[in-house]
Amino acid sequence: MAHTLSPPVAAEQHFVGSWQSRLLRSTLNNRNLTIGLLIITSLGLVALLAPWLAPHDPYLQNTANRMVPPIWHETGSWTHPLGTDRLGRDYLSRLIYGTRISLFIGLVVALISGLIGTTLGVLAGYFGGRVDAVVSYLLTTRLAMPVVLVALAMASLMGGSMLSVTLLLGLLLWDRFAVVARSATQQLRDAEYVQAAQALGCSLPYILLREVLPNIAGALIVVATLEVANAILLEATLSFLGMGVQPPSPSWGLMIAEGKAYMFFQPWVITIPGSALFILVLSINLLGDGLRDLSAPGGRNE
Amino acid sequence: MSSAANHFKPLALELCALSKTFKLGGGMLHKSQTLTAVNNVSLRVPRGQVMGLVGESGCGKSTLAKILLGLTPPSEGDVLINGKAIVNANQKALARHIQPIFQDPYSSLNPRQRIAQIVGLPLRIHGIGTQKEQAAKVDEMLELVGLPKRAAQQYPGQMSGGQRQRVAIARALIMRPDLVICDEPTSALDVSVQAQILNLLLDLKDEFGLTYLFISHDLAVVEHLADRLAVMYLGKIVEEGTREQIFTAPRHPYTQALLASALTPEPGLGVPDIGLGAGQPDPTRPPSGCAFHPRCPIAQPQCSEQSPKLTDLIQSAAQGTTQPNHPRVACHFA
Repeated sequence: MAHTLSPPVAAEQHFVGSWQSRLLRSTLNNRNLTIGLLIITSLGLVALLAPWLAPHDPYLQNTANRMVPPIWHETGSWTHPLGTDRLGRDYLSRLIYGTRISLFIGLVVALISGLIGTTLGVLAGYFGGRVDAVVSYLLTTRLAMPVVLVALAMASLMGGSMLSVTLLLGLLLWDRFAVVARSATQQLRDAEYVQAAQALGCSLPYILLREVLPNIAGALIVVATLEVANAILLEATLSFLGMGVQPPSPSWGLMIAEGKAYMFFQPWVITIPGSALFILVLSINLLGDGLRDLSAPGGRNE
Repeated sequence: MSSAANHFKPLALELCALSKTFKLGGGMLHKSQTLTAVNNVSLRVPRGQVMGLVGESGCGKSTLAKILLGLTPPSEGDVLINGKAIVNANQKALARHIQPIFQDPYSSLNPRQRIAQIVGLPLRIHGIGTQKEQAAKVDEMLELVGLPKRAAQQYPGQMSGGQRQRVAIARALIMRPDLVICDEPTSALDVSVQAQILNLLLDLKDEFGLTYLFISHDLAVVEHLADRLAVMYLGKIVEEGTREQIFTAPRHPYTQALLASALTPEPGLGVPDIGLGAGQPDPTRPPSGCAFHPRCPIAQPQCSEQSPKLTDLIQSAAQGTTQPNHPRVACHFA
């Protein structure tokens, strides 16, 4: 039995290729992630390349060409593949430019609220005690406010615009980040590797940023994707209610609002931006799901 | 080791009347309770020795370890490392002298960092050497603890428990500390791996001239490793002595019960009956007098009134009669 006392060799791992190729492989193995990533990337490209992709000016009105049906309709034409709206503006071009608004608001809102929520949550979870009491108070106050109502009220005071909607939602949607970051940090606070770092004399920023944050990042990424989707939907809601992005901007929510008078006879004016919204939000959620699977530490073993 | 040799050994660690109390609960409506986790503990660990600290769970062993590591300040008392007080000392300066090895190798390594990063962290934080020298040192350390070179690029999730504990040891020793606090370093491991880790710890101790404070509830492990032994009960040290003294002639009834509770390898004997009855008392309301008296088989009326004193080394030192080899015991009838 002498050999059992000799130092064991590392458990056999298949290290084929670099971490890049391993990451690529596990990404491709995850169908949710692949589909989500594919749609998001193409929508991101559409947003970036909007001026080159859009066949027409999204703001150009042509009253002679109002309510042209889309291509699959018998009277549709290739000049306006998705038809035109009540002012004769090309629907496809407006949809393409609308991607920019949705993605911009979704990402910036998630960034602002993520920064606020994560900071508050990590501090509350790590220090506990009074810090936690203050953050929890802020959190309950925030949770007691109905988002849409507060956003509507504030937007009507500040005046609806893309900037005000972004800031408002950014300042309102941090609650889930804070809840998740707080409870995840509480679990890690007493982890022995955090204690080991403390015993080494690591600075507080180092411990929070390098020891705690990477280990709660998985959960936060999932929250972030949820919040991107949430913010996009809320922007559409506010725009639909007239307090968000103002006309003539091609916000998808606004397009639905403008089309609601025609929905019984020209349903495409609602179904087209509605489907776009659905696909975008779905793909973001797929991406979040896939990222969570990928970022779980156990996932590295595969 | 003769007592004369012991006498002149410099102390690596000295605890002077160390206490730690916690306030529990306490709100607007109910009074807060005080929990004395560590109660007036004095202990001297000569350099190069292994001091075993045993006791059942909840007796304050780990709180003591946290105080020593500078993670929580003591309520009272002093800790001297190499003769210097550490209370309010700079954490980085302290870290050079004292390092921990934790119980659970699954939670003591950051799962997001590669082994090379984990082991090299102390060097980076303390700014020792260039990047190249640090990497070389990490490789050297990994080899010393018996890990293959390619382990440096692995994540903790790819390693077994024993390998992770080797990584934790490498991280603790890379700055060549004087004192290592081993907080149950083997209790989370398989028995076969335990022996490997213990032997590794012993080898490294000789190689680096380390001093260990070895916290454990496993008497077999302590017997294998420790030169001296201190037994803790409800925050107090009830008996201290050399390994031989404690294992061959335990004086305190708690130590006797603890030794009797160790499982023997012989089959068929079952779990030994230690005759202590229920679990230890609520530490927020410790019994009067000797804290052990409700469970003690030889308790007398005196025990519930008077708290027995541990032969105080510091007092006798003042009288010039230090005998570190002398066993200390806190019992009226020992």
